[in-house]
Amino acid sequence: MTTTGLFLLAILALGFLITFQIAKASEYVSVLKGEKKSFEQNNKINGFLMVVFLVLGLIGVWWCNKALYHKTLMPYPSASEHGENIDTMLKITLLITGIVFFITQILLFWFAYKYQYSDKRRAFYYPHNNKLEVLWTTVPAIALCTLVGFGLYYWFKITGDAPANAMQVEITGRQFGWIYRYPGKDNVFGKKYFRMIDEADGNMLGLLWKDSTMQTPNGVQNLKADPTGFDDIIQTSAMYLIKDQPVKLIINSRDVIHDVGLPHFRMKMDAVPGTPTTMWFTPKYTTEEMKKITNNPNFEYEIACDQMCGNGHYSMKGLIKVVTRDEFVLWRAKQQPGYKAPTKAGDPALNAPGAQPAPAAQPADTTAAGAGVVVPKGNLVAAHK
Amino acid sequence: MSHGHAEVITTHEVHHDEHGAHHHHQSFITKYIFSQDHKIIAKQFLITGMIWAIIGGLMSVLFRLQLGYPDQTFPWLEDILGNWARGGKITPESYYALVTMHGTILVFFVLTGGLSGTFANFLIPLQCGARDMASPMMNMLSYWFFFGGSIVMLSSLFIQTGPFSGGWTAYPPLSALGDASPGSKTGMDLWITAMAMFVVSSLLGGLNYVSTVLNLRTKGMSMTRLPLTIWALFFTAVLGILSFPVLLSGFILLLFDRHAGTSFYLSDIYIAATNQALPNEGGSAILYQHLFWFLGHPEVYIILLPAMGMASEILSVNARKPIFGYMAMVGSLFAITILAFLVWAHHMFVTGLNPFLGSVFVLLTLLIAVPSAIKVFNWLTTIWKSNIKFTPGMLFALGFVSLFISGGLTGIFLGNSTLDIHLHDTYFVIAHFHIVMGVSAFFGMFAGIYHWFPKMYGRFMNNTMAYIHFWGTLIGAYLIFWPMHYEGLAGMPRRYLDYSNWSSFNQFGELNKFISTVAMIVFALQLLFVFNFFYSIWKGRKVTTLNPWDATTLEWTTPIHPGHGNWEGEIPEVHRWAYDYSKDGRDFIPQTEPIGPNESKH
Repeated sequence: MTTTGLFLLAILALGFLITFQIAKASEYVSVLKGEKKSFEQNNKINGFLMVVFLVLGLIGVWWCNKALYHKTLMPYPSASEHGENIDTMLKITLLITGIVFFITQILLFWFAYKYQYSDKRRAFYYPHNNKLEVLWTTVPAIALCTLVGFGLYYWFKITGDAPANAMQVEITGRQFGWIYRYPGKDNVFGKKYFRMIDEADGNMLGLLWKDSTMQTPNGVQNLKADPTGFDDIIQTSAMYLIKDQPVKLIINSRDVIHDVGLPHFRMKMDAVPGTPTTMWFTPKYTTEEMKKITNNPNFEYEIACDQMCGNGHYSMKGLIKVVTRDEFVLWRAKQQPGYKAPTKAGDPALNAPGAQPAPAAQPADTTAAGAGVVVPKGNLVAAHK
Repeated sequence: MSHGHAEVITTHEVHHDEHGAHHHHQSFITKYIFSQDHKIIAKQFLITGMIWAIIGGLMSVLFRLQLGYPDQTFPWLEDILGNWARGGKITPESYYALVTMHGTILVFFVLTGGLSGTFANFLIPLQCGARDMASPMMNMLSYWFFFGGSIVMLSSLFIQTGPFSGGWTAYPPLSALGDASPGSKTGMDLWITAMAMFVVSSLLGGLNYVSTVLNLRTKGMSMTRLPLTIWALFFTAVLGILSFPVLLSGFILLLFDRHAGTSFYLSDIYIAATNQALPNEGGSAILYQHLFWFLGHPEVYIILLPAMGMASEILSVNARKPIFGYMAMVGSLFAITILAFLVWAHHMFVTGLNPFLGSVFVLLTLLIAVPSAIKVFNWLTTIWKSNIKFTPGMLFALGFVSLFISGGLTGIFLGNSTLDIHLHDTYFVIAHFHIVMGVSAFFGMFAGIYHWFPKMYGRFMNNTMAYIHFWGTLIGAYLIFWPMHYEGLAGMPRRYLDYSNWSSFNQFGELNKFISTVAMIVFALQLLFVFNFFYSIWKGRKVTTLNPWDATTLEWTTPIHPGHGNWEGEIPEVHRWAYDYSKDGRDFIPQTEPIGPNESKH
């Protein structure tokens, strides 16, 4: 324990002691004054504090907003069209809930102050009033229907099919980073299978770069190389997107559940191992433009993992660079496909069945895999164009 | 204890009374430890819950220390925590373990076990007019399963690989794979074991609560004459009985995936740490989330309904005015109970859920705001034109309403899938659920403790400390959680150890420091409450009248120190509802008083 720690503890203990002594003393005082009188005094103080809390609370709400509003995303336009819809929805909801918040809180604390105990008054015996109850059943119901209506209108717009001209990018989460894949010149993503993942060989996604036979729970599988994957571009530094060009993200995970969180685009979607998900949006501003809009020369579109994924969760950062079409073409031209031809084509160590250690526990074969090429479930992504 | 009160033992009821008042000699162990008296069991739940709350609260202080001061080291932390704070800094493993344990402990062991366990046990027999629970033995077992689960959960803090650290929701694959996170090794097995025992405890308790309310009400106590506390505790028990088994099934499948090589939740997984592709194919990680949230959402109401019930009762007693719209209050509790089962997938809008299915859950989720709104307006009308006595219980009940409004309204943001895309898993969510089910349920619990403490121990708690506790906690709770909404609106994700590397979220350093400081002060204030509680058990001002709050309900017709069996003579008969305050020029009319010939109707 350092001295500061001890000092703090001492202060805490002293504070307790003083509070306790005051509390005890006040109990004796109330005995001396008479219970009725001390009750009345306490009641007045608490009633007064109710209205003080209300006033200071309202000032606090205003002050908090002043101090923090500019630190949120609200002062700046959303970087995607979907995000604009979400911002509109946010404003509608803020307006409705804000009105309700102020009315109910003011009534609560004002009533508490106004109707504090008095000997001269008796409470009003008022057990129910059907008209009032119907009123405050229907009014919230109508308000909420409005919110549901707007909400679902935008929801279906956002979750609807991506436009036909959308660019496709695959993003795969892993502990603790992101892998981006572009389909290459043929505009088709090559097939992949998670058992083919080989970090040492640079095959981070398990693309079918070579023929192989392997022992799997579904029996011996012969996997044929998929040439459509030979030109796929695999990147881990940043995802490049084109301004005003819709993009559809195909989201995967290699290990646990992650989440592609894009606060500036107001988008978010989980990355679930074994179940690819999708999300599409249209970036509106390039990274450079956003630097000017937000007045922040260091602005970047960050991808934040939004689903607890392990001890490095907080560091799982990705990057999106939104550029103009010309810049994108230039960037794209510089990218090398991830494909590496097998160095030793007939290497038995690579191709023989059982080259990989047989898994300890093998669940029963439930997928009824046919002979020849087995199509592994789930993780195959073949884009249609 | 009086003997020989029953002059003529003729009816079954009177015979039963004798059992109630007559006591054969009890040893310390049967009276206070393995007690079957619902009042003792309630106190056991309460005190265990309080110990858990201190542990869980202390955990939040520790991780707030890290969040508020990410670049500072505290060598004394290493003295206390050892490897958890190597070099005076909370390590990522221990940070996530603390966050996970904080959530698990507070949600289950404090606000479910501690809250329902205490007040359902204490109030149901007393307010329904019963000698004890339907099955006192099961009731005792309920506590001891809770205690056993607590011990197992606590023991997981001391193992080599650490307690479970994948978040209180324990989503697989993270929770299934020890290679993905050290906390998912033995820590997770202990977590599942503890939770299984907790579920057993909760079911034993819940079945008892329901059967007691349905079968053991005293003469004249029709369901519509029950105080709202009992209605709330009854619906809470129903929710628990119907949803906890589903959670357990989810845990069992998880256990199979962990140890039996099944693939319920696992598919297509490659673990970089071991350079190995797992054999599992065809499982769905999302299945677990459905099973989890099928409990997880009703769980929110399991936490909240008892607080609502107690707040309703305490508001009415201290406003000296009947609760407004009793039937609407019962109806809205019922509506909340039904809807609680139909909204679970709103936690899963961004998991890749079918958008149409999502839209159904939006509708049902926002529908639940209607009964909630009815309750708020009814509470407001209850205090309108009332005559309020600001007892500590009343203050906390009023604070509960304020917090329930604030936290409930932000639920309208999150329940709307469109906004949830943006706000999901950000600090907005943290702010929302801490206000609406964390702090407000705690306020309901505090209200209950202050209000029924005289019945529990025959003494009052100290008022001055209670006032400091109330105002400090109310102000502190808003100072902590209100600004977090802004962090959420910046998209700041929850469950991050450190934000300083993120250009999108590092603008809140000062705010985090502020929040952490307030959190520590508020935690210290809770210690003041704990002190007041234990001090008052032995040294508090003595209760001298049977009915210190001038309340109408049955528990105040028992002796100041009721024995096992509660009433010494016959159980009183009930003639009216529980809310005849300020009627016909009288301050209050107890439930036991027959309806007078000239009494006005309500």
